[in-house]
Amino acid sequence: MRSAAADLARPGAAWAVPGLVFFCLFALVPMVGVVYLSLTSWDGLSDPQFTGLQNWSRFLGDGQMWQDTVVTAVLLVGNIVVQAPISILLGVWSAGKQRNRAVLSAIFFLPLLFSTAATAVMWRQLLDPNFGIPAKLSGLIGDTNLLGSQSGAVACLVLVTSWQFIPFHTLLYQGAARTVPETLYQAAAIDGAGRVRQFFAITLPQLRNTIVTSTIFMVVGGLTAFDIVLLLTDGGPGTDTSILPFAMYQTGFQTYDYGYASVIASFLLLLATGASFVMVKLSGYDKMTSTLEGM
Amino acid sequence: MKNITASRKRACITLAVSAALVVTAAGCGSSSSTAKSSTGSASLWMLQDPTNSVSQSAVDAYNTTGPGKVSMNVIATDGYKDKLRTAMGSSAMPGIFFNWGGGSLSDYVKAGKLVTLDSDLISHFLPSALQAGTVDGKLVGVPSRGTQPVFLFYNKKVFTDAGVTPPKTWTDLVNLVPVFKAKGITPFAVAGTATDSWTELMWIEYLVDRLAGPDLFSKIAAGDWNLWSDPAILKTAQMVKQLVDSGAFGSNFASVSYGAGGTSTLLDKGKAAMVLMGSWEYATQQAADATFAKSGLGYVPFPSVEGGKGNPADVVGNPTNYLSVTTSAPSQTAEAFLKTTYSDSYVAGLVAKGEVPVTTNAKAALAKAPDPTYAMFQYNLVANAPSFTQSWDQALGLTLGTPLLTVIQKLFNGQDTPEQFVSGVLAIKH
Repeated sequence: MRSAAADLARPGAAWAVPGLVFFCLFALVPMVGVVYLSLTSWDGLSDPQFTGLQNWSRFLGDGQMWQDTVVTAVLLVGNIVVQAPISILLGVWSAGKQRNRAVLSAIFFLPLLFSTAATAVMWRQLLDPNFGIPAKLSGLIGDTNLLGSQSGAVACLVLVTSWQFIPFHTLLYQGAARTVPETLYQAAAIDGAGRVRQFFAITLPQLRNTIVTSTIFMVVGGLTAFDIVLLLTDGGPGTDTSILPFAMYQTGFQTYDYGYASVIASFLLLLATGASFVMVKLSGYDKMTSTLEGM
Repeated sequence: MKNITASRKRACITLAVSAALVVTAAGCGSSSSTAKSSTGSASLWMLQDPTNSVSQSAVDAYNTTGPGKVSMNVIATDGYKDKLRTAMGSSAMPGIFFNWGGGSLSDYVKAGKLVTLDSDLISHFLPSALQAGTVDGKLVGVPSRGTQPVFLFYNKKVFTDAGVTPPKTWTDLVNLVPVFKAKGITPFAVAGTATDSWTELMWIEYLVDRLAGPDLFSKIAAGDWNLWSDPAILKTAQMVKQLVDSGAFGSNFASVSYGAGGTSTLLDKGKAAMVLMGSWEYATQQAADATFAKSGLGYVPFPSVEGGKGNPADVVGNPTNYLSVTTSAPSQTAEAFLKTTYSDSYVAGLVAKGEVPVTTNAKAALAKAPDPTYAMFQYNLVANAPSFTQSWDQALGLTLGTPLLTVIQKLFNGQDTPEQFVSGVLAIKH
């Protein structure tokens, strides 16, 4: 005989079946497939030929892959450094009660509604050296050759990605900032804390869990996002902005070297899993402690 | 119920038998190739473009007489190659399909997916346009569209204002650079973003052809990759570097895109004097600024290069697009349908759409072209060309073409020296 309370506490394992089936079908099976393909040579036409670790040893000695990994990391860090502060500030601001808040927030959120393809095509036109923004600001930008240098192209990628995704993260922070109890601010005001002090002593610590969530989104999203690179710079100039997901696409779907592309995919899989695992551990996110504990 | 089980059983037996046949006969993946009657229905895959209506009338006309039927599927440009590749690896491959010839076909020829076509077809087309339809000495593609040679376009007004004429030789070309630079005009528009580096490739293709003749690249395309170490390749890279360093392409070309809003607008607005481009540039200009296309746009063949071994009448570009037949198509139907590609009505239809067909009977039809002078210029360019080298990225296929474009881009950007360019290209095929 089991008590009703025990039944309530733990739902049966059967409830996990639909989720598990989907996970196996659309995540595990392809992952195993990719690992298998990484051990073969396959052009997509004939049958895959088993070649053992040949692709992997080529990968380890491939200077371009090392560069791609570095560029991936630079873009990732650049995006976090630019997006996190701006979206925290915007989010906290838009959680307030100002009169123009609703209208301005709506305008800030607009880029979120555009598809990446539309965003990239639009920005390519805007970044045209002869007819776009650089031509009008040639005093500031110099030779207007923004997409023609590695630093310029990376900066453009960070700019456009930030423009597109800051609204999303702002939305996260806005929601989180609204849950911070008003009483905390009232108490701080009585103790004589100004707005800046209140932000650092109350708002930021209260947003801790959201910061972790938003950063994980940025890291995992950054590791898999290649559409903006494909459409804005196509990996150029040369291979200067080729990131791992882009290299995977190009190797697989442009040069039909599915074996080697699978190596890159497997490496990305390891990288993304590892990165989110480390972040969750480091931040103590897995313990799920509430920021409202003791109140 | 019983019927279903019986038919299932039959299907299983058929499958088993045909599988056994395949294994013993060819070891190839498609079972449809073994048991095909010579007439029947063939699927035709076409790339989506303005000439689809011409193809559709050809199909409709064909289907009233036969033998067999052809059904046309129009497939959007983006992803056409991916879709084709996937289908060719499966049992759902098309019977007849549109393609770019050259390297885009060689994988399929090697995999035994394509049928060698009747050599009687040859006499109906310009010889230089058939080169890219021939792989390993086998005719596997017949021309189905107009030709798209590459040549120099120029802005007539900019030239008149500067009091100069379009270049006939490489020396002329080099001497024009300072003239336009002094006036603040970019001598040559080129699109140097990674997506558009094929516009840079055109310069390399022409220079190699003018310096060494067409044989060098055709041997490379046929598999002798070490020939990239030929002195003519290094010389080409050095000439490109000199041109870049002299400011012939301006300073910001690495951020410039191809087409309207990019190179085409630069030429139209007189911000650039010339652009090396395929014949489709005319249509791009016409869509953006019809008056300019009609009266302001000039065109000349690529100049000769002094001391070069190549014939100055050679052209490079896209000879044409092709139709190829797979082993899954009923052979008689496919063969009979291919004959429609040089019928008078099909040729006239293409001409009306602004295309310049590469059939031997096209010359008469060109008088009815939207711009007969321009059409005749292209037709004569191709008809008089001893050799028409297919764009290298098409000829090599994507596997080799994609990394080649990257190396070329690095040369133009100054990221690689001419020597590094040569070693970079050699390293593509290890």
